[in-house]
Amino acid sequence: MSQTKTAHEAHAHHEELGFIRTYVFSTDHKMIARQFLFLGLMMMILGGALAFMIRWELAWPEGKIPQNPGLLTRMVASVFSDAEGNMPVPLTKWIPEPYMYGGIMGPEFYNSLVTMHATIMVFFVVMPILVGCFGNFLIPLMIGTRDMAFPLLNMLSFSVAAVAGVIMLAGFFVEGGHAAAGWTAYAPLSAQAHWSGVEWGQHLWCISLIILGISSLMVSINYITTVINMRAPGMTYFRLPLTIWSLFVVAILLLLALPVLTSALGMLLFDRMMGTSFFLPEGGGQPLLWQHLFWFFGHPEVYVLILPAMGIASDVLSTFSRKPIFGYKAMAYSMIAIAFLSWIVWGHHMFQSGMNPALGTTFMISTMVIAVPSAIKTFNWLGTLWGGDIRFTSPMLHALAFVSMFVIGGLSGIYMASTPVDIFIHDTYFIVAHIHYVVFGGSIFGLFAAIAYWFPKMFGRMMNEPLNKIHFWLTFVFFNWVFFPMHIIGVGGHMRRIYNPTQYEFLAPIQWWNELITVGIIGLAVSQTFFVINFFWSLFAGKVAERNPWHANTLEWVAPSPPPHGNFAAIPTVHHGPYEYSLPDMQEDWLPQDRPLGRKAAVGHA
Amino acid sequence: MLRWWLPEDVSTYGVHIDEMFHAIYIVTTITFVLVELALIVFLIRYRHRPGRRAVYTHGNTALEIAWTIAPAIVLVILGVVSNQWWGVIKASVPPTDFHVQVTAKQFNWEILYSGPDGKFETADDVKLDNDLYVPVHKIVRVTLKSRDVIHSFFLPNLRLKQDAVPGRDIDVWFEATKTGKYEMPCAELCGFGHSGMKGWLFVQSDADYRKWAVEKRIALADDAAPVLAQAAADEPR
Repeated sequence: MSQTKTAHEAHAHHEELGFIRTYVFSTDHKMIARQFLFLGLMMMILGGALAFMIRWELAWPEGKIPQNPGLLTRMVASVFSDAEGNMPVPLTKWIPEPYMYGGIMGPEFYNSLVTMHATIMVFFVVMPILVGCFGNFLIPLMIGTRDMAFPLLNMLSFSVAAVAGVIMLAGFFVEGGHAAAGWTAYAPLSAQAHWSGVEWGQHLWCISLIILGISSLMVSINYITTVINMRAPGMTYFRLPLTIWSLFVVAILLLLALPVLTSALGMLLFDRMMGTSFFLPEGGGQPLLWQHLFWFFGHPEVYVLILPAMGIASDVLSTFSRKPIFGYKAMAYSMIAIAFLSWIVWGHHMFQSGMNPALGTTFMISTMVIAVPSAIKTFNWLGTLWGGDIRFTSPMLHALAFVSMFVIGGLSGIYMASTPVDIFIHDTYFIVAHIHYVVFGGSIFGLFAAIAYWFPKMFGRMMNEPLNKIHFWLTFVFFNWVFFPMHIIGVGGHMRRIYNPTQYEFLAPIQWWNELITVGIIGLAVSQTFFVINFFWSLFAGKVAERNPWHANTLEWVAPSPPPHGNFAAIPTVHHGPYEYSLPDMQEDWLPQDRPLGRKAAVGHA
Repeated sequence: MLRWWLPEDVSTYGVHIDEMFHAIYIVTTITFVLVELALIVFLIRYRHRPGRRAVYTHGNTALEIAWTIAPAIVLVILGVVSNQWWGVIKASVPPTDFHVQVTAKQFNWEILYSGPDGKFETADDVKLDNDLYVPVHKIVRVTLKSRDVIHSFFLPNLRLKQDAVPGRDIDVWFEATKTGKYEMPCAELCGFGHSGMKGWLFVQSDADYRKWAVEKRIALADDAAPVLAQAAADEPR
């Protein structure tokens, strides 16, 4: 990675470490952050490719072109159809039998595609990037300290995650194929190889996630300890940027939720390999137990995926509106409320599972309640924009997309919170639409905002802003093109995880939507090339970044771009909160946290 | 014809599910429009213009309280109304003498009629694969079972969905309001044959159903005779 001259000078009295200690086994939180970022970005390419294959199958099941193809199919067929008049999945001829047959897939492979797409995106893309990368990079810098509380543990947390990644990838190469019971791995399908035909693929899936859980626990311990113990002088809890609040809350959620998943995975592995019957009714076990354990982890987990993006959006919106965040304490408290409530809503994934309907009532109530803090946050983001001095930089565009798309995802959640409506829409594409509006519309746009915003600090170079904007607009348009129609087909009754929608007569009137969605994903995939090119080009040839290109107030902008080992020449002292923008009696419209307020402004400030 | 909305509903309680769906649709669409419109208006009105500075404010407590209470009220109302119908649909089965068992397995539905003796697991039980026949305007009680993994009994046109769990018997009910043939897919990933695992629900007039039931030895001819005679008498000349 490029280093600025200032960073080199600050390096001076620090011994030169070799390549391995600098880039492979580093204890510097910033290098570990970059490692998590690269892991996440590489996995995002794989996860996206799997999604592309899923979509191709849904639009043209078994590669067949219908008798009277419509305009969309004819357009795609003009490029991608083969000599026999079929439409095999592009670029997949190399995948061997029995997984694919010359670019045509069977249902077993399809089931592992949907499983692995979700598994990779949740565990190996969003978590490593939002939590592993930005948590690691920003926590010490934003709270004003030199590194994490436990640098060696930090290094191990990445190594362990990388091992988990290798094991997860290995599952693609074992006989029987990869895990194919959905990312939710409901038992008994997941609990005995003979129900799914997948043996080692599912074993490795369990093992990989157990190991990844260990990595996340290490990360949590570090983040919590660092935030509690190592804040700079004057950095009270209510002067922390909301990004740090979100990461702190997330670390606590992971600490408490992961052991439950790990236990469940252990039990599943035992059922699969050791002859136990935790989840197998013939041995006295309970299939529903798996669901309770998985979702007890799974629901806090989805808030782990969204909270950092919420924190980041708050910081980016404030910086580029040149205004304090509207309702800072409400924003912090609402994140805490979401975290508390996230433990008591898990049953809303199980309304139709066969559990006692009375539980449906209780979980519906708690789910309706948890919508409130998210609504509060949305209104506060609007309040931040109101009266602002808005700059439409690419981080700001991504943050605005986050807010607007998260609103859609949150509103669609209300349908499924209503137990009777959920009877119809459970396990349909309405759920898939909801998931993607919150995780892609929310977390992924949040992640793009974070990269665009902190790239200069992380790598000492600016990204190309016009390329970033092109990437943003194309992604925004194609994202909606792909995922909005999924609400429509879900309402039409289109089930999830089906390999061939044309097998159902009642889905025939909505199959065209599947074609439309798939055409959209071609555009969405191509749009990402702008980001890939920009990212790599900027790493090596981007304009050298100044210390604080965005004129932002938080402490990471006090350090050089990129910061050297030890981050700051001298530990800063914090005088006020992070959102002192456009103070009336100041000429500049920003005031870094380590500069005191003027005498007039100091009255009535936190 | 491209379909944009819900499939046809032929269920007594389906009407109420659709009403709830429509109510939520109205509330969420209004919210969506207002929020996104506000966002766009703010982005245009408060875009950077030289010489104009942002308004320095940290928030407004009254607004916070207002926009906490308003969504809370709306959501509580939605919850209360929803719960009423949830209780009716899922918490209990209304009294009925029409009872079938549906056992899910990889990869089809086994439909079991109890036969003339009205008891399951007896010699006169009639087993069918995938095709469930019921009379119209009759409360049908279905006991769901599974032989292997979790499946999900889904009748889109009756707005009914219930997971079938191995090791459990789960009762559901429906009452069809219109004769016809309705698809009955599995809605829970159950293995490589999940896609295409489906049956058909045939909702027939009372007379047609009885004729069919006698044919299949589910009902005795004697029991059916009065109804069939009445149906014949009712037929317009």
